[in-house]
Amino acid sequence: MQTEATPSTWTSGLILAGLAAVCTALVAVTHSRTAPRIAANEQAYLEQSLKPVLQGIEYDGNLSESTITILPPHELPGDEDVPVYRVYADGAPVAALFVVRAMDGFSGPIRLLVGIDAGGSISGVRVLEHRETPGLGDLIDADKSDWIRQFNGKSLASPPVAAWTIKRDGGEFDQLTGASITPRSVIKAIRETLVYYDKNREDVFAVEAEAKAQ
Amino acid sequence: MSSDTGILNRLRTGIWEDNPGLVQLLGLCPLLAVTTTFVNGVGLGIATLLVLTCSNVLVSATRRLIRAEIRIPMYVLIISSLVTCIEMIFLAWFPSLGRSLGIFIPLIVTNCAIVARAEVFASRNSVSASFIDGIAMGAGFAVLLGTIGAFRELIGKGSIMSRLDMLFGGEPMSGLVLVDGGFLLAILPPGAFISLGLFVAAKNALDRRKQQTNRPISSNTLR
Ligand SMILES: Cc1cc2nc3c(=O)[nH]c(=O)nc-3n(C[C@H](O)[C@H](O)[C@H](O)COP(=O)(O)O)c2cc1C
Repeated sequence: MQTEATPSTWTSGLILAGLAAVCTALVAVTHSRTAPRIAANEQAYLEQSLKPVLQGIEYDGNLSESTITILPPHELPGDEDVPVYRVYADGAPVAALFVVRAMDGFSGPIRLLVGIDAGGSISGVRVLEHRETPGLGDLIDADKSDWIRQFNGKSLASPPVAAWTIKRDGGEFDQLTGASITPRSVIKAIRETLVYYDKNREDVFAVEAEAKAQ
Repeated sequence: MSSDTGILNRLRTGIWEDNPGLVQLLGLCPLLAVTTTFVNGVGLGIATLLVLTCSNVLVSATRRLIRAEIRIPMYVLIISSLVTCIEMIFLAWFPSLGRSLGIFIPLIVTNCAIVARAEVFASRNSVSASFIDGIAMGAGFAVLLGTIGAFRELIGKGSIMSRLDMLFGGEPMSGLVLVDGGFLLAILPPGAFISLGLFVAAKNALDRRKQQTNRPISSNTLR
C-alpha cells in the first residue's frame, strides 16, 4: 500500500471493521433465532393458501409434499417456472395445483393458483398476487368478490373450450363491470392450464417429486 | 433533560411540533405507499420506531468512535443490520403483517428520517437522550402513519381498524365496517398525497390559530 496511510486512516478502518463484525453478529444471531419460526410460518402459509382450491376433495398428508416444477418453454400461461403441487388420497392422484401467471392483466402479470381434480374439473382458483385497480380489477380477489368462485366444477367439457371467456365475447363467464381486461386474462390463463393438464395428465403425475428444500 | 417534563416535551416535539412526516416531510415514500389501512400504517410505524430507537442508541453509544470521514458508512452499517433484524422478527412473529408490508420493511433502510436523527441528534447526545429522541420521533412517525392509514381506510373502504389480527394474532377480523366499499380515490396513490396534504394543512391551521390567540395584537398588526 501507499505510505500515505496515516495512523488515523488505519484506526478508521479498524473501527469500521469492528463495527461490521458486531453488526454481522447481530444479524447472525437474529437469523438463527428466527429462521425456524419463519420457515414454519411459510410452510403454514403455503398449506393455508393451497387449501381453498381443493374444495370438497379429501387428501392425505401435506399439500406441498409432492411438488414438481415445470420449466419453460411450456404451454402453460406465463414464461416462468410453474410449480405443481400434486395431491394424493390413498396413493392415487386426486388433484394437481398449478401456479401460473396470466400475462395480459391490466397492470402486469396476475399470479394464479389453479386446482384441477383427477377428472379434469376445476377444484378451485385463487389469485395469489396481482396489481389490478382496487374496486375494478381487484374483484378477482376471493376476499373482494365471489367472481373467482364461478369456475368451481367447470372443465373443458362444460363449458366447451370456445365458451371459456366472458359473456360479452360470447362466453359463459361473468365479466366485471367496467373492467373486462382483467377477467379476460384470468379466464384465458385458466383455460390454457386446463388444456395443458388435459394433454399432459399422465406426465404430471409420472415425474419423481423433487427433494424438499429442507 | 431526563426529567419527566423533559421526556414529555420530547414526545410533544416528536409527535407534534417537529413531526418527522408532518413537519420535516421525511420518509414520505413509505408514508404514502403503505397507509392504505390503519393496521398497515401502524405496523410500519412500529417497525420504523424500533429501528429508529435502536439506531439512535447504537449511534450514540459509538459516537466517540465516529470520525467525520467514516460516519456515513457507520450509519449505513448500523441501520441496515437493524432493519434486517427487524424484518426477520416481523416475519417470525407477525407473519401476516410482514407479508402485507412486504418490501416496505426492508425499505426502512432508505427512510431518511433515521439517518437524519443519527446525524443531527444521536451522534452528539447521550445514549439516554438519544433513546428518548428515537422513541419520540418514531412515535411521531407511527402516529402519523396510523392516522393517515385510518383516514384513508375510512374514506376509501368504509371500514375502521380492519385486520387488527395482523398485529395481535387470531382469526382474521374485519373491523368495524360502516359501509361496504368507499370513495376509491382515497386508497389509490393520489389519495395518499391528498390525505397527507390535508393533514399538513390542518396542522398548520391549528398552529396558526394557536399563535393568533396567544398574541392577538401583534399578529393582527403584522398583516
Ligand atoms: C384508472 C383506471 C384503472 C383501470 N383498471 C382496470 C382494471 O384493473 N382492470 C380492467 O380490466 N380494466 C381496468 N381499466 C380499464 C377500463 O375500465 C377498460 O376500459 C375496461 O377494462 C375495458 O372493458 P370494457 O370493455 O368493459 O370497457 C382501468 C381504467 C382506468 C382509467
